[in-house]
Amino acid sequence: MKGKKKTARKGALKKTLAHVSRYKLMIAASILLAAGTVTLTLYVPILIGRAIDLIVGKGSVDFEAMLRILAKAAVLVCATAVMQWVMNIINNRVAFLVVRDVRNEAFAKLQTLPLSYIDSHVHGDLVSRIIADVDQFSDGLLMGFTQFFTGVVTIIGTLGFMLSLDWMITLVVVILTPASLFIARGIARSTFEYFKTQSEIRGEQTALLDELITNQRTVKAFAHEEQAISDFDEINERLTKASVKAVFFSSLTNPSTRFVNSLIYAAVALCGAVAIIKWDLITVGELTCFLSYANQYTKPFNEISGVITELQNALACADRVFELIEAEPQTPDKENARRLQNAVGHVELKDVSFSYTPDVKLIEHLDLDAKPGMRIAIVGPTGCGKTTLINLLMRFYDIDSGSVSVDGTDVRDITRSSLRRSYGMVLQETWIKTGTVRENIVMGKPDASDEEIRAAARATHADRFIDRLPEGYDTVISDSSSLSQGQKQLLCITRVILSLPPMLILDEATSSIDTRTEAIIQASFAKMMEGRTSFIVAHRLSTIREADVILVMKDGHIIEQGAHAELLKKGGSYAKLYNSQFDV
Amino acid sequence: MRKLLKYMNEYKKEAFLSPFFKMVEAIFELFVPLVVAAIIDNGIGRADSSYVVKMALVMFALAAVGLVSSLTAQYFAAKAAICFTSKVRRALFEHIQKLSYSELDKVGTSTLLTRLTSDMNQMQNGVNMVLRLFLRSPFIVFGAMIMAFTIDTRSALIFVVTIILLSAVVFGIMMVCIPLYEKIQLGVDGVLSATRENLSGARVIRAFCNEESELRDFEDKNAILTALQNFTGRISAMTNPLTLLIVNFAVIVLIYTGGIEVNSGLITTGEVIALYNYMSQILVELVKLANLIITVTKAAACGDRIEAVLEIEPSLTSPDEEVKGSGKYIVEFKNVGLRYRGASKDSLTGLDLKVKKGETVGVIGGTGSGKTSLVDLLARFYDATSGEILINGVDIKEYPQPQLRSLFGVVAQKSALFKGSIRSNIRWGKADASDSEIMAALDAAQAKEFVEKKEGVLDYMIEQGGKNLSGGQRQRLTIARALVGDPDILILDDSSSALDFATDAKLRKTLRNRFSDKTVFIVSQRTSSIQHADTIVVLDDGKAVGIGKHEELLKTCGVYKEIYDSQFKKEAVS
Repeated sequence: MKGKKKTARKGALKKTLAHVSRYKLMIAASILLAAGTVTLTLYVPILIGRAIDLIVGKGSVDFEAMLRILAKAAVLVCATAVMQWVMNIINNRVAFLVVRDVRNEAFAKLQTLPLSYIDSHVHGDLVSRIIADVDQFSDGLLMGFTQFFTGVVTIIGTLGFMLSLDWMITLVVVILTPASLFIARGIARSTFEYFKTQSEIRGEQTALLDELITNQRTVKAFAHEEQAISDFDEINERLTKASVKAVFFSSLTNPSTRFVNSLIYAAVALCGAVAIIKWDLITVGELTCFLSYANQYTKPFNEISGVITELQNALACADRVFELIEAEPQTPDKENARRLQNAVGHVELKDVSFSYTPDVKLIEHLDLDAKPGMRIAIVGPTGCGKTTLINLLMRFYDIDSGSVSVDGTDVRDITRSSLRRSYGMVLQETWIKTGTVRENIVMGKPDASDEEIRAAARATHADRFIDRLPEGYDTVISDSSSLSQGQKQLLCITRVILSLPPMLILDEATSSIDTRTEAIIQASFAKMMEGRTSFIVAHRLSTIREADVILVMKDGHIIEQGAHAELLKKGGSYAKLYNSQFDV
Repeated sequence: MRKLLKYMNEYKKEAFLSPFFKMVEAIFELFVPLVVAAIIDNGIGRADSSYVVKMALVMFALAAVGLVSSLTAQYFAAKAAICFTSKVRRALFEHIQKLSYSELDKVGTSTLLTRLTSDMNQMQNGVNMVLRLFLRSPFIVFGAMIMAFTIDTRSALIFVVTIILLSAVVFGIMMVCIPLYEKIQLGVDGVLSATRENLSGARVIRAFCNEESELRDFEDKNAILTALQNFTGRISAMTNPLTLLIVNFAVIVLIYTGGIEVNSGLITTGEVIALYNYMSQILVELVKLANLIITVTKAAACGDRIEAVLEIEPSLTSPDEEVKGSGKYIVEFKNVGLRYRGASKDSLTGLDLKVKKGETVGVIGGTGSGKTSLVDLLARFYDATSGEILINGVDIKEYPQPQLRSLFGVVAQKSALFKGSIRSNIRWGKADASDSEIMAALDAAQAKEFVEKKEGVLDYMIEQGGKNLSGGQRQRLTIARALVGDPDILILDDSSSALDFATDAKLRKTLRNRFSDKTVFIVSQRTSSIQHADTIVVLDDGKAVGIGKHEELLKTCGVYKEIYDSQFKKEAVS
């Protein structure tokens, strides 16, 4: 398990590097600038030290030499500032560009993933991969660039400069520094458990809140408020205790490392002063220089250990994103796949078997011959395979065995886009794209004229409410906007009426439209279905009655097949189902 | 944010002690440069090794005292921040329980959840940071300045100028960047909702072959976001180089003036070094302070948002004293109207209706005709904006909420079940229901059969939202939940939509036979579900266009006939 995790991380690192390497030049520039900035930053204290050494005492200050040194320092400081600014800009840019690339790739991937992937993954999780994980990844990347480079260079640089001054005091610093790292590590490790408990309880609380607040109406309807509060209190109490522990222990890191740093600082002051007094090894200016190094030297260590955690986190996030990007896409269209045009609408299913998971059989040995222009109604209880049948017709899923063909060609030999364009689909679950009403209607026919759009809306009576919207066809709507479910469904029907493909799939297409409006638009529906092979799933038996063939499905099989009158006479399950609505 | 502070009252001590100990730590830290100066002037100057050792020990001691006070401060800060947030969270949750439907509609579920979770966490973080750092950084910055004054007034003026310049740079850049960060957040939100929408519409997008244009839209949004990030990045990238520049120049000037002062014998070399050290301390703390201010502004914004929800007054209030009603009618609507907050049209107008105990009332009408509004008013989820509703002859506003709720069993359109056993879910309707009562309710709701097949029967664990049950099963459980409390009035709001015709019919039969003393309101789109009701209310666009029995309405009410015909037309022919 742990090994697996490690290789995953390694893989993620490799892929990240592959993405980053597109911006090689910028990165090379960034590294050069980092080296330059750090060297100059470290050199300035030395100059300051030299200047201090010139301040010997009353009446013996060499101002001319001091001004020379200080002028040099001023020039260097300006150069450092410019380099650092450019470096920061480059680092930001690389991080943002990489993130943009990764997001675009991930989103493009969503368009080619098989629907089974999208159906079987929680959408919130996929969204958080593309948004939150990528954000975390970018933070890690940015921190990595800015702090890791400069941190490493600073450590090496400081070490070099210190050694050039005096090796003994350098040794003191080098020996003592790891102590602060160990302490930070130790605290982080023991805090981890507390944080884990905290996030577990927090998760528990969020789940409870999510459930209760989402269903606040039910809570009120059953006067459940008191109980809800006491359930909440119990978890809240536990969370408070766990949080105090987690937050307190994690907040030990800073004071502790600061303490170690102070110790190092004191040790350097002690050794330096003694070295001056006893052996005259260094000057007072050099001691100040040492002291400022001692401060700087420990800082990058702490930063780097922070960066490493951040990077590990970022890689874990990157891994989740790459997992999505590298998921198996749907089988591509065959090279010589046919483009289906002006289909007649002869749909044939032969010995079709299909299941979502191998161990739960669903559709088995299904045969169906839909002649051009036929109206086919599919009836049956929930889970009988109605929606699955639609998934197979639209080739949202590929069948396990048998064949599905349109006009005599197996659908696997037809391009997906031309197959889908040949169907007009209206689903029970309406989907409205964020955009204008017009954009929503023209999805199937982007070049439709204004007149065509209005005619389609008139046919479904959607024009009635569209005209009442503040900006008519240019009103921006979305799934969460205030349109009623019925109005949304009317828009979805309008979409199909506009593009009018040769075959239709209507899955509970009018379930949210009240029966009066439905009766009114019935004429348009009838006209739309005329001469078009249509597959209709409906609960309302009034809709079903008019079909040429009614398929009664149960557990993935067609158990009855025939016209309304025929099936009623037969007295089987359809007759039972139909009569039950009058039986009170 | 200010009004939330009362929840801190209980933790005043912690909230005071934490910054106090931080200040103690800062003071000890400020002594260090003085000790170093003493080492240089007295120790090195007089070649006194033992003095150096003594001073080094003082530095150790300062560090140790600093550590202890800082740890104490961290503890008090953590305790105060977390306990405070915990109190606020509870207060908010309790407050939400008091809000009525119309306030809940207005605020929205996702907003409430954000307030209770991420806003709370951010606020906690902010409070913690304030207690820990908000005082420490100013202590150090101004402390260093004051220490500089004690050493040398002329050099100290350099400190004053430096601090002003640094603050201008740090806070100036921050001021520019904060609104930009908000814009970036909007950009991220845009990219996020595009992704979410693409996932939820995957079928439709593919059915219409719109993948390419979706991708183009996304890339455009993403490009705008990246451009904005780069722009902001360019500005915020100036902070570091600029502050370093200022401090280093200050150091250069400081050394130069220090040289002059030493030359004229006003201060010692050690003191110049001490001044130099103070200057370095200032820089570190100012940068910290700037970061802190960003966290704190965010936290304060979260606090404000939380406070805004807490300040919403529940619009429904009810008396405490129970009332005893009596009267000819169990339910009476008198010229009742309802307009939802912010709506431009009434959802229900001038409704008059009288219902006797034990009667069944059917409510039918198209989408948006006001069916649900009618039953929501009856259970007082909303208050009528005109007219009055009487139950047993008493205005429903005179009933205490708990008493009113106990009169009703409500089955809503959307069936909500909760994580927990089937038993605990049914007990929502009656907290102390026995297993046999529960089984009886399940039986009446046509749910007994499938419940008995579940592993553990009543102990079967329902997942969040009832995900492990089918739509029809969920609906039947919510019906059982409403029945178990033995309410006088049962409201079924389109609650058999997920049931097939046979089960629906059986359910209605049971209700009529076994619960004949109950007054039942059935809301439906199917005429078959309500045609046998004692009274049928036909709603159209918020108005009752027909009230009566099935046969009457077929003759007198055009809308009803239309609905009926649309569902049964062909049947009459065949």
